[in-house]
Amino acid sequence: METVKINDLACNDLPWKVLYDTKRCTLCGSCVAACTFGAIKPKVERRRKSFSDTETPEPKITFSATPVITQVNILKHFCRGCGVCERVCPNNAIRSERNPDSRFNVVYQATTASGPKRGGRNNLEVQARTLDTIRVGRISQMTDPSLDAERHTFDCLAPLGRVLPATKLPFTLGPDGKLTKSGQTPPLHWIYPIIIGDMSIGALSWRMWEAVSMAVAYLNEECGLPVRQCSGEGGMPVRLLKSKYLKYVILQIASGHFGWNRIIKAMPHMVEDPGGVLIKIGQGAKPGDGGLLMAAKVASHIQSIRGVPKTDLLSPPNHQGLYSIEESVQKMFLSFNAAFKFRVPVAIKVAASATSVSVFNNLVRDPYNIVGGFFLDGIDGGTGAAHDISLDHTGHPVVSKLRDCYLAACAQGRQGQIPLWAAGGLGKTGNLAADAFKMFCLGANGVFTGKLMLQLAGCLGNEHSRCNACNTGLCPAGITTQEPLLVRRLDPDRVAENIVNYFLGVDKELRKLMAPIGNSSLPVGRSDCLISTDKAVADRLQVQYVC
Amino acid sequence: MCRIGAIKSLNYVHPSKALQLMNSQQKGHDNSGFAMVMQDLGGIFADYKQFPTLSLACTDEGLKIAEAILDALGFRQVFQWLPETSWKPGMDIKKMPNYVFRTFDYPEQCKSLPQREREELLTSTRLRIRAALEKDETGFAYSFWPDVITLKEIGDPRDIGTFFGLWEPDDSFTARTITAQCRQNTNYAIVRYAAHPFFLQGYVTLTNGENTFYQKNKEFQSTLHPGYIGFESDSQCFLYTMHYMHRQLGWPLQYYKHIITPLPFEEVVKRDDREELLAIRQSLAHLEINGPNTIIGTLPDFTMWVVCDAKKLRPIVVGHTRDTVVFSSEVCGINEILPERDWEADIYPNEREIVVVDNNLEVQRWKQ
Repeated sequence: METVKINDLACNDLPWKVLYDTKRCTLCGSCVAACTFGAIKPKVERRRKSFSDTETPEPKITFSATPVITQVNILKHFCRGCGVCERVCPNNAIRSERNPDSRFNVVYQATTASGPKRGGRNNLEVQARTLDTIRVGRISQMTDPSLDAERHTFDCLAPLGRVLPATKLPFTLGPDGKLTKSGQTPPLHWIYPIIIGDMSIGALSWRMWEAVSMAVAYLNEECGLPVRQCSGEGGMPVRLLKSKYLKYVILQIASGHFGWNRIIKAMPHMVEDPGGVLIKIGQGAKPGDGGLLMAAKVASHIQSIRGVPKTDLLSPPNHQGLYSIEESVQKMFLSFNAAFKFRVPVAIKVAASATSVSVFNNLVRDPYNIVGGFFLDGIDGGTGAAHDISLDHTGHPVVSKLRDCYLAACAQGRQGQIPLWAAGGLGKTGNLAADAFKMFCLGANGVFTGKLMLQLAGCLGNEHSRCNACNTGLCPAGITTQEPLLVRRLDPDRVAENIVNYFLGVDKELRKLMAPIGNSSLPVGRSDCLISTDKAVADRLQVQYVC
Repeated sequence: MCRIGAIKSLNYVHPSKALQLMNSQQKGHDNSGFAMVMQDLGGIFADYKQFPTLSLACTDEGLKIAEAILDALGFRQVFQWLPETSWKPGMDIKKMPNYVFRTFDYPEQCKSLPQREREELLTSTRLRIRAALEKDETGFAYSFWPDVITLKEIGDPRDIGTFFGLWEPDDSFTARTITAQCRQNTNYAIVRYAAHPFFLQGYVTLTNGENTFYQKNKEFQSTLHPGYIGFESDSQCFLYTMHYMHRQLGWPLQYYKHIITPLPFEEVVKRDDREELLAIRQSLAHLEINGPNTIIGTLPDFTMWVVCDAKKLRPIVVGHTRDTVVFSSEVCGINEILPERDWEADIYPNEREIVVVDNNLEVQRWKQ
């Protein structure tokens, strides 16, 4: 009989338990080979068996050494519940099950003197989603007929770039009665109202990043949807920087400035301007934290692109040298505008916060007219890596804050001057079109989405703490890893196809929502067509309460 | 559904023509009111074209309030027209105690001001009167502008015509430009201000239809100009957009269509003026409308125009003779007052057109 060692880690301390059926197992070894976390291992158990080989029972005992698969009770190798073992098992002999009695949070910190980290998502699923209490309730009837989603022309585009008030447009009226633009206006592109959010080439595997890039190129060149992707912080392959496809990419600069050495060096060789520049100040899923790329994921090509050794890459929580919004405007915006000769819109991304409206007000009132977009990222967004405590206990939902910013713009008659783009858990239920549409009605010009792309690629994680191991470099789907063996699990062509198909579906669904409210262009700010079944939500967002 | 009509003529026309124009279309509307704006006035107003006329419906108390405001500012009355009203039991009209059509000379200190500043004074005065009368609903100030008269009332348009004696044509009360509509607002509360046509600083619009971008338009316009108030009807937005574009921005009429119903992106990018059109669309995205509607309007110089929504049309016909052009929701209205015209020359404006009639009655069709 074994002594009870209460302070040793046991499998039932861990968040997931591996359930194994020795009778079904053929010992093929697939599960052990497939588990990227090393959470299961083969071992030999001593089995006692009683049997009788006579006509009347004469029990005998035999012992045998039986090979089995077992869960590893090592903290570093805890099971993430990704389910790959179950997927590869030909006999349904193994699966993982959420452990409701997990002591993980306690034992992890007690053992490592550090809080757990994870990637992917915040898992705050216990709360009902605000957007799910909202419906499109103003349906055109009778005197104002609905449009035909199949046959009418719809303008599903959104601006990225600073919009001047009409009084400041540099127009001169010619003798022929025509207005002619006679001066410079800030650069602005009309793009698809859904941007593929900023996931860096370090956070994603090269195949995943390639798949997103292929999908974006295909959507633009073959499908006529001007979808843009944001590079994330970490630069881009030089070959792509010098290609014509650069125009579909919004280059991101964040506090670590990773990758920008190469971008700047590539500038003289660029044949196209990038689609935009996004200055990342903060991120919704882990506000107050900078980017975090664990050493495990800093593979040689990442080192090369970013010009760094293999080490944890921690972007500072703020941009060094920026001490005020005014300074940020003057330094960063001006220098990035100037870098591309005022041809490329420069936008800012901030984490939604109780103070977002102040930041927005400062930018919308800037006299230089060079802030080309306000990207607001809410708590429900994804991340490559973050401390659990940041994910679980910091942040601000995006919906009400987006609405606040829009209404602040309205109060000043400045709506639309800095396009509002919102993100943070949009599309997390699988229907991005509905979420995006509701955000448009609340005042967003567009939305951006990242995590959903991972889902489309086959991410096994979910909002109930399944997997969430993007930070480890051991992504079992090959999406957020730089391990060559794991990356090869991902078929980039299939992923690109999934993304393209999804966008084509979203585009149709947007029309199916625009048609019944009778609008042929995006209903930005049309909160009158929304209703909410939740009184508090209705009051907060200033939409009609219904019951 | 509303029916709207407008008459523009080389000759002075009595409002009975407008009543006839609308009466033949009565099955298409609910006969819940009558509203009319007369511009380029003849008859008894012909000698006072340069002086502003106040169009006001009010109680005795309201009249005192309005008079006090005008007195205090130094406006001096030079003429007034008192409509001879005749009320009989059974008439469907929610009449007001007083209908005031008074013409004023400008305050002495303002006579040397540039015209634009005098115009601003007229607008601010009307807005002051309107605000003062709103408190206890003591009256409704519709227009205060040279060469313009506005009449609005709730009830059956035939009874309203009889009440004001408008059915019998004469030479004393006439205009070269008349816009009219026979329905009160049915989308929102019944308020006299909500009845088309709407007037602001010489600009008039009246609409058959709806504006599904009402909230966006309203939120944007609210901060643009002190005269952009009320919003009792979603159609007021069309007037304010025209006023903002034409008067405030100084852009030509043809750009109105590019603001309210911009061309699809795929068409814009093929055009030579794409940079200008995209800039307009970007800057005035919140003035875009989404129909269905047809809008008739006039400019301060009495140019008359009509546009339709780009997707969901409401009917409109333009018929003309040598001396008169008539806009009407239904062709039967034109048949009534221009039976001898060449019917084949009638214009049915399409979704990308502005039809414009100048003071020489030259009819132009501008493609967006």
